[in-house]
Amino acid sequence: MKAQKSTLKLILFTFGMFGFGFALVPLYDVFCDITGLNGKVTGPTITSYDQELSTREVKITFITSNNKQMPWSFKSSSPQMKVETGQDYLMDFTFTNTTNKPMIAQAVPSVSPGRGARYFHKTECFCFEQQFLEAGESITIPVKFIIDPELPKDIPSLALGYTLFDVTEEFANLQAIN
Amino acid sequence: MFRAIKFTLSLLAALTANFSFGAWDDLNMSPGATQLSQEIFGLHMTVFYVCLAIGIAVLLAMAFILFKYRKKEGVEPADFDDSTALEITWTVLFALILIVLAVPATSVMIKAYDNEEGDINILITGHQWKWQYEYIEDEVGFFSNLSTSLDKRNNLAPKDENYLLEVDEPLVIPTNTRVRFLITANDVIHSWWVPDFAIKQDAIPGFVNTGWTYVNEPGVFRGQCTELCGQYHGYMPIVVKAVSPEEYSTFINDKKEAKIQQALLTEKLWSTSELMEIGEATYQKNCVACHQVGGRGIPPVFPSLVGSEIVMRNKARHIEILMEGVQGAAMASYAEQLTEVEIAAVITYTRQAWGNAETGDGKIVIPKEILDYKTNKL
Amino acid sequence: MSAVIDSHHDDHHHGPAKGFSRWLYTTNHKDIGSMYLWFSLVMLFIGGAMAMVIRAELFEPGSQIVSPEFYNQMVTNHGLIMVFGVIMPAFVGFANWMIPMQIGAPDMALPRLNNLSFWILPVAFGILLSTFFMEGGAPNFGWTFYAPLSTEYAPPTVTFFIFSVHIMGASSIMGSINIITTILNMRAPGMTLMKMPLFVWSWFITAYLLIAVMPVLAGAVTMMLMDIHAGTSFFKAGGGGDPVLFQHIFWFFGHPEVYIMILPAFGIVSHIIETFSRKPIFGYSSMVYAIASIALLSFVVWAHHMFTVGMPIAGELFFMYSTMLIAIPTGVKVFNWLSTMFKGSLTFETPMLFAIAFVALFTIGGLSGIMLAIAPADFQYHDTYFVVAHFHYVLVPGALFSLLAAAYYWIPKWTGKMYDETLGKVHFWMSFISVNLTFFPMHFVGLAGMPRRIPDYAMQFADWNMMVSVGAFLFGISQLLFLFIVLKCIYNGKAATTEVWEGAKDRGFEWTVDSPAPYHTFSSPPSMESLKSSS
Repeated sequence: MKAQKSTLKLILFTFGMFGFGFALVPLYDVFCDITGLNGKVTGPTITSYDQELSTREVKITFITSNNKQMPWSFKSSSPQMKVETGQDYLMDFTFTNTTNKPMIAQAVPSVSPGRGARYFHKTECFCFEQQFLEAGESITIPVKFIIDPELPKDIPSLALGYTLFDVTEEFANLQAIN
Repeated sequence: MFRAIKFTLSLLAALTANFSFGAWDDLNMSPGATQLSQEIFGLHMTVFYVCLAIGIAVLLAMAFILFKYRKKEGVEPADFDDSTALEITWTVLFALILIVLAVPATSVMIKAYDNEEGDINILITGHQWKWQYEYIEDEVGFFSNLSTSLDKRNNLAPKDENYLLEVDEPLVIPTNTRVRFLITANDVIHSWWVPDFAIKQDAIPGFVNTGWTYVNEPGVFRGQCTELCGQYHGYMPIVVKAVSPEEYSTFINDKKEAKIQQALLTEKLWSTSELMEIGEATYQKNCVACHQVGGRGIPPVFPSLVGSEIVMRNKARHIEILMEGVQGAAMASYAEQLTEVEIAAVITYTRQAWGNAETGDGKIVIPKEILDYKTNKL
Repeated sequence: MSAVIDSHHDDHHHGPAKGFSRWLYTTNHKDIGSMYLWFSLVMLFIGGAMAMVIRAELFEPGSQIVSPEFYNQMVTNHGLIMVFGVIMPAFVGFANWMIPMQIGAPDMALPRLNNLSFWILPVAFGILLSTFFMEGGAPNFGWTFYAPLSTEYAPPTVTFFIFSVHIMGASSIMGSINIITTILNMRAPGMTLMKMPLFVWSWFITAYLLIAVMPVLAGAVTMMLMDIHAGTSFFKAGGGGDPVLFQHIFWFFGHPEVYIMILPAFGIVSHIIETFSRKPIFGYSSMVYAIASIALLSFVVWAHHMFTVGMPIAGELFFMYSTMLIAIPTGVKVFNWLSTMFKGSLTFETPMLFAIAFVALFTIGGLSGIMLAIAPADFQYHDTYFVVAHFHYVLVPGALFSLLAAAYYWIPKWTGKMYDETLGKVHFWMSFISVNLTFFPMHFVGLAGMPRRIPDYAMQFADWNMMVSVGAFLFGISQLLFLFIVLKCIYNGKAATTEVWEGAKDRGFEWTVDSPAPYHTFSSPPSMESLKSSS
């Protein structure tokens, strides 16, 4: 009888740990959001700053990268930019679908150093949604951003990288399901 | 037991006596070429010596105990089995040793994570199975492939001292300059490691990691990919050439020139034999790994190009595959990796070689067609 | 196993059934323990054969006998088989044989579950090994199967791999539930927790670790399955996921897993050293607390496998400190073993030789572990042969030697026959010498810059690699000798006494029953009086 109670408790614990494994997924996201640990920042954030705050100059490097088998041309209009913290800025990115089929792309951002991610506020970004381009079509979209004046003094520059992924198939599947 | 030990030692001596002196040089890592690498080396040696001391102390204590307390006629074993005082003593002692080690470890860590700006920024992308280097400020870039020949790898030619550690295009950086590396990957996780700089950062698809270095003296530094990334993980080395800032400027200017020249080359008129020559070289460098020397591949994973329908009769699809890769397969897009000339040449070569020209349409492709495809005039 | 067939003088009317159905349906802990042990021995030779292929390829620079792709399959499956098919099942085999006897119980708490736990293992490994014959080849992404190499870029057999891992996990979880329930509910009267034999303690804690982390592994491979087949993006950056998340989840399992593979070894070694020093284990309670604290700490060190992944400095420092901390209870155990032998009366039969070698060589492995814990230095060690040297030291002259020691120690009790002591010593010395010849030079090539998981290497690593390969071939041959010794013992060994070892007197219930141990033991619980108090 006692043995049965032990067994039952242990079985429950097992399922609990399985659930914990899956809970690690949102937990990781929450942890990374709060700390900006993996350089990902999701969604638009604040749009303007109190002008009284002291500002400094920061160098921003823009990186564009294509994931495997994503043949689009993807470039920023300039590789670097010197900015003042607390001010709005804009950088244009040009996407060209160089294939002969319509495609859907997802740009995934990554800020380096990861610690700086939470100070890099994107007010408008093409990475918030997918980009659909017809064969041969080209589009230029800006990323609008503000660097938080509270960026720690020991981070003099930030790199914002975008990796472009082909998500045409995933969306086709979703369409099919709906 | 002691006879056994003597035998073992003489056996080991006999075995190792035949090794060249070189073997004994490679017992430890190198202090490297930067201040950070030397600090890490110093930390490594400190921790090593502490561990060595602990190890020798334990082994000596053991040897003593094993010898002194062998069962002897008429000698009874003691029966004590506890001593809280002793337990606390060695716990505290060991903890103190570790705390002492943690202090320099922490300070070196802080130095390694230094976020100071780089004077130049280089984007490093790991691909299956090569590295891509792009100089962000100067907007030039290139791929870096293993250049050790297949003959050497297949034991048909003698190997030299840079076997598996040589590339066609090394990464060139200036000395006395703070260089920042931004590291990512194009497909699976790779890892960029140059032991002499003590930099090792994983290259993760979709994410950017940072590293930095400051090299004082010119030199050539070699490293390897250090994260399993597929079958040719062991065949994507890293070579960094640190040169004077003047030489570096010349290098960058040469690269910019070459970029302009490439564009011009694409426009010129090409003969089939010129294309075939470049095509064959391009094939040897970029395609043999999967499609093999005779073009037969390793089906079904790596299709045969000999007698292939696409290679023989479908020029449009042939170009498309080179430019876009094949979804869900190992064939990558070569639009970034090869110039228009190289792509046109390698397509021409495969359409002509191995009897494909006789049995197929034998159509050639000129660089202009590739440029047109890119700008979508096709 | 044949010991029980031989005891025809035993007039117990509950004799075992005959033929194959005996083994298929048995719920007897001794039978099941034997099956686990034979299974793990077979897997040792299969995983060992893969190691031989690896070392043959690495004997000299250049491509030798296998393609780089097949080499990756060998590396991957060598790891999977040794971890999940040898070390873990072997320890479970000893748990099955010895825990009921050591606590004075007639069998495990859940005998039919016990049978199921064993029999799904050959199924799991049948599936895994059959992938070698499938299109695309066997899994080739390392035993740590990082995404996306193991998801988007994996061969089609990855699905079978996932299925196989699920089954292995189920086996471990069921076995652990059984072990904990047995230990909590079936101890002889008077055997409080702090009077339990150390092997039982080590398995008690290991079983909790298993139940805590195997389900997390199951979660990780399920997420992989979903990413591959159901369009999710747990580990795909393009879909909003993160490949590094895989590493966190995997190592949250992976680090406790390696302690799972060593804690029972600690228990075994304590017993053997006690017996052959003829002196009680020094610091019983410290030993228990040490095992417990190692187990607890093992949950907060996982990211020391990920120092180069781009973690922020706070994370790197935290995991460096916690990893250094875990060295302390481990060190305490080593000092306690030495203190047990100190002023004892030592003899050096084969089990003791393996146990002593364990202490010495595990210490070396532990010290290289301390070096690896130093995060900035780890930038130079990570994913090189220095790591390979470290974990092989703690797993081979560590875990495997403890298993061999335990086999020699308890085989006379199981079979009623003594093994050939001279051959046992030959096996020991061959193993000891070849294991060091094989794994010590790996420290050197790792420091000199040789990465892991490569089928070919630069010239400066050649000399040491040749020595390593020679050592490995010798080590493989030495284990064939072990097989011979076991078979010779079973079919031709001299009769063993009840006590078996002079120093084992009064040190455990297992030494109070006949040799060979009757098919059913302790049908009524024994009295604690029959044991010298060892706590």
